[in-house]
Amino acid sequence: MSLLAVEDLSVQAGPLSLVDGVDLDIRPGEVVALVGESGSGKSLTALSIMGLLTEGLSVTGGQIRLDGTPLTPARLQRLRGQDLAMIFQEPVSSLNPLMPVGAQVAESLVAHGRATPQEAGREAVEMLRRVGIPEPERRARQLPAELSGGMCQRVMIAAALISRPRLLIADEPTTALDVTIQAQILALMGELAAEAGTAVLLITHDMGVVAELADRVCVMYGGRVVEQAPVGPLFAAPRHPYTAMLLRTIPRLDDPPKEELFVIRGNVPSPRDWPEGCRFRSRCPRATEACRSRPALEGDDHRVACFHPMETP
Amino acid sequence: MSAAVSLRARSARALSWWPAWLLGLLVLAAIFAPWLAPMDPDRQNLLARLKDPGFETRGATYWLGSDELGRDVLSRVIHGARVSISVAVLSVLLSGAVGVAVGMLAGYLRGWVETVLMRLVDIFLSIPAILLAIITVAVLGPGFVNVILVLALTRWPRYARVAYGQTLAIADRPFVRLSRAMGAGTPRVLWQHILPNIAGPLLVVATLEFGLMVLFEAGLSFLGLGVQPPMASWGAMLSVGRNYIATAWWIATFPGLALFLLVLSANMLGDRMGDVIGKGR
Ligand SMILES: Nc1ncnc2c1ncn2[C@@H]1O[C@H](COP(=O)(O)OP(=O)(O)OP(=O)(O)O)[C@@H](O)[C@H]1O
Ligand SMILES: [Mg+2]
Repeated sequence: MSLLAVEDLSVQAGPLSLVDGVDLDIRPGEVVALVGESGSGKSLTALSIMGLLTEGLSVTGGQIRLDGTPLTPARLQRLRGQDLAMIFQEPVSSLNPLMPVGAQVAESLVAHGRATPQEAGREAVEMLRRVGIPEPERRARQLPAELSGGMCQRVMIAAALISRPRLLIADEPTTALDVTIQAQILALMGELAAEAGTAVLLITHDMGVVAELADRVCVMYGGRVVEQAPVGPLFAAPRHPYTAMLLRTIPRLDDPPKEELFVIRGNVPSPRDWPEGCRFRSRCPRATEACRSRPALEGDDHRVACFHPMETP
Repeated sequence: MSAAVSLRARSARALSWWPAWLLGLLVLAAIFAPWLAPMDPDRQNLLARLKDPGFETRGATYWLGSDELGRDVLSRVIHGARVSISVAVLSVLLSGAVGVAVGMLAGYLRGWVETVLMRLVDIFLSIPAILLAIITVAVLGPGFVNVILVLALTRWPRYARVAYGQTLAIADRPFVRLSRAMGAGTPRVLWQHILPNIAGPLLVVATLEFGLMVLFEAGLSFLGLGVQPPMASWGAMLSVGRNYIATAWWIATFPGLALFLLVLSANMLGDRMGDVIGKGR
């Protein structure tokens, strides 16, 4: 059975629909990548799962279940910091500037009363050591401002994994960091999550990262899922034209580009300007009259929402 | 050479904090009043009534003169600092606690809680504070404890306003969202993560309010609605001294001066702190 099941999730800001009927499944221990251009609703989907949507946004439809049981606000409050954890994009501003980082790593243990502050503090130091922070005892007493961005991201990972959650949601955890340490941090996160048997929902723009870390991929466009498949088949034979384009944006070392680095034509339309029917049709070379109605997400293991999917080779 | 310069720079900086030093001195005087005051502030001496500053009798000197009952004005001014400062501190703590709690809850929970609480704040703020204070004292009766309650009742909305605005600004910061993702509930988020981050501006308000509370207490006591005799209060001393201003100017002048210095130092300190925090941003 799946660990997390999102069914037909919709999120709105007042009357404006931002996420529209998203389906997503995560099985225990697997890494699922959620990809798509800026504004496609990845963060909103993640925040809805955690029950952390900001004021003005609300879940207007669908169901989110963990272990088959719906996530109510009360249950979410219990699960956050225990079975569920999340890390964010901006490592420095995501830490409380006035709290020593050790205490912030221990936050979930203390918040749930699962350890005395002393025990939690010791565990936090141990966790800091495991995420590769040198001199963890000394670092634990420092404030975030005394650490580099990369170290702050390690602190956040330590804080998220100290409770050995069953699901970690990582929302572009490395985009704010230096390119040279991005890979390092992601690898570390993947390693620690695998060790603890934690499933990961990894949100990213970076298809290279997806190829490296993910078991399955979920592609979003315009607030909807357009394709969902295991990573191998998806990379080998993408079916949705949008996915195919996304994949062409990866620079390949073994195959130097004959053309300029591929860029998807046009801009992502804002939620106000999403077309009727298939939302990608305004940028899609294969669009026809049929695309004026909404395609369903169909298939078993490799699911796609398109009337004119790419031919499988 | 550079050591001398840095020493001068450092003493200049220390000097620029003179309101803090003055305030500290007055607070110390209040704390150690029984040891500092040369005489018992309540002991009357009918043979030494309305004497000039510096008057000596049987080895005792009335440095700041004596009042209409022959009590030592200096001793009463020192003990008056106790009353003023303790009323001000307690009312600041009480109104601050209430106001900050209300403001933070409104700013963090939003929705109907915000609407109800902030409407209440608006209502309280629309009533002139001194009028509200006078009406409530008239109902509750005067006295040390009631004055504190009255001051707290009239002043909490100011803290609520500041705490509300600050909380709104902080609540959207990513670290608050992360703490929630880590399982912190509302009390923990407010107490551990938001309060420390809004403490600076609140401290500035509390300092300015402290000066205001000293004035309010003096005002109420002046009107006979504050602390009651024989407790030495600057406001009450001013009120009595007013009757003798032509013949014994010292009775009203010295408590007035003490009041002025205390309020001035609190206000200047509050402004100074505000500048520093503003720069820190
Ligand atoms: N509070 C809000 N009110 C109105 N619109 C919002 C709000 N928050 C987000 N949106 C809009 O919802 C859409 C989806 O946002 P979301 O943050 O989920 O995108 P994303 O896929 O995470 O993009 P990115 O890769 O840039 O993080 C965007 O168009 C965004 O402008
Ligand atoms: Mg996002």
